[in-house]
Amino acid sequence: MKIAVCIKQVPTREWQPRLNDDKTWIRDQDASFEMNEPDAYALEEALRLKEKHGGEVVVCSAGPARVAQVIREALARGADRAIHVEDDGLASADAFVTSGALASAMQEEQFDLTLTGLQSDDQGFAQVGVILAERLGQPHATIIMEVQVDGLSAGSTQAGALRVKRELEGGWFQWVAMPLPAVLTIQSGINQLRYATLKGIMAAKKKEVRKAAVPAGLAGKQKIVSLYVPAKGKKMQLIGGSPAEAAKELVRRLRDEARVIA
Amino acid sequence: MILVIAEQQSGGKLNRATWETIVAAQQLASLPGGDVSSSSGDRASAQSITVLVLGASVGSVAAELAAAQVHEVVTVESAALEPYTPDGFTAALHDAITQLAPSHVLLPHTYQTRDFAPKLAARMDRALLTDVTASKTAGSETAFVRPMFQGKLTADVVPQGPVPHFVAFQIGAYRVDQVVKGAAPAAVRALRVTVDASAIREKPEPPFQQAKQAVDLSQAERIVSVGRGIKEQANIALAQKLAEALGAEIAASRPICDAGWLPMERQVGSSGQTVAPKLYLALGISGAIQHLVGMKGSSTVVAINKDPDAPIFEIADYGIVGDLFEIVPAIIEAVKS
Repeated sequence: MKIAVCIKQVPTREWQPRLNDDKTWIRDQDASFEMNEPDAYALEEALRLKEKHGGEVVVCSAGPARVAQVIREALARGADRAIHVEDDGLASADAFVTSGALASAMQEEQFDLTLTGLQSDDQGFAQVGVILAERLGQPHATIIMEVQVDGLSAGSTQAGALRVKRELEGGWFQWVAMPLPAVLTIQSGINQLRYATLKGIMAAKKKEVRKAAVPAGLAGKQKIVSLYVPAKGKKMQLIGGSPAEAAKELVRRLRDEARVIA
Repeated sequence: MILVIAEQQSGGKLNRATWETIVAAQQLASLPGGDVSSSSGDRASAQSITVLVLGASVGSVAAELAAAQVHEVVTVESAALEPYTPDGFTAALHDAITQLAPSHVLLPHTYQTRDFAPKLAARMDRALLTDVTASKTAGSETAFVRPMFQGKLTADVVPQGPVPHFVAFQIGAYRVDQVVKGAAPAAVRALRVTVDASAIREKPEPPFQQAKQAVDLSQAERIVSVGRGIKEQANIALAQKLAEALGAEIAASRPICDAGWLPMERQVGSSGQTVAPKLYLALGISGAIQHLVGMKGSSTVVAINKDPDAPIFEIADYGIVGDLFEIVPAIIEAVKS
């Protein structure tokens, strides 16, 4: 089975935001970056599917040159090769541009299955996987917690079938079946992540990374006119006194002032 | 015209988040220059709101929605729309939106919207803004406010390209009690669309719950939520007692669920559920941004924490600095008396 995994490089969770001069984007040069967490789970799921069904795992990423770092990391964890759609403009691209860049580089590969994280920790669109499916003309399912593949053994020409467990809201789940090829967006926590071994890191250096260019005429559909630190909202009322006094006063205010308890 | 896509759960139950989206539509309609199709200055016709509800049989939900002060409620019925599939919804809505020609298509940013809206917007080659918390006027344009970088930053975003622009609103960003109801019910009209059932590739099975007591926290009126400050699993029972006394659901921050002290579906935050109860009582939660984005829409937030500098106090209405193991039993006592 030929599996694609789309990964994004995002600022680390510890990163303290700094804005550029016109306050429409971050100061990229101040940030430290890592693999988007849900994408790491998508990669792990792809590696497990390959171990079970055979085939190859190809990492695809659309971003500036610095993205090579997460591509190497994915290769070190076990991906077989990579496609890097490289362009500085992709650092702040919207979901239409990112999915368009990925689709054009992935089209000719004819992947059986494409996995990506449900959303990114930077712009957080939660759109790229679904738009990618539409651009590739494939069915999709989102927020996936389990993946089952049938009828697709190595060398088989028969079309495979997919059955996936979709997370719904409020603790509900649903199994959905669909034909391959397909695109899935993966939820964090679907599996236990593996780390790169020293052997894997050494092997990654010899693995192929194909560079691709952004197709012409790909225009963004959203423009950030202002980026800022969110305003601190409410004024808190601190309730003091002994635990018993504070508790009594809190309950009084919740009843009489806020009117949120009976 | 602003088009709101209503969401109904199976069994003809309207998702409460739909009312929030109607509030968002009413506020967008009242913005100066709030409709991009009104550049001629003809605001009266441009401000109308239509609510669309789709499914196999949506009559009762349509009647419920007609209570809102909107121009009309449009129903789209087809057997191929039950159960929900992204292929079925995309085909039906593509047809309906083309017929209705709105300037904006507004949706609640639910899991279902996440599943089909990007596909629909891509098929129509239109902009889709997700996780939006507000609309505002930016110069001559309408901008939409959305969090970025895990809520560390906020962006004002202007959709580009031809209308309609699709906008999906974060759950809890608008308050249901702010909905403007009409003096008389709005007209309900059926719209004919074509959905080719044989072209639907996804075959969904019936939804199921893994945990027996699974709960939709987004619908809860009161929530008691625990964080690392609860220290050990045995202490969850204390929070549980408080929840029972207050008539609240129990929830937690991510570390508690990762440790298995409470099931994953009780997790509030960016990787869990987004909630907006009347009361959110945070016990021993420091208030990491990943948690705050999931609960900051709550109307009243109470924080109890031993660290006076905990970020949770910045968004709390009432705070008690102290030992939760002393304070919580005292609250239970005070509620009962």
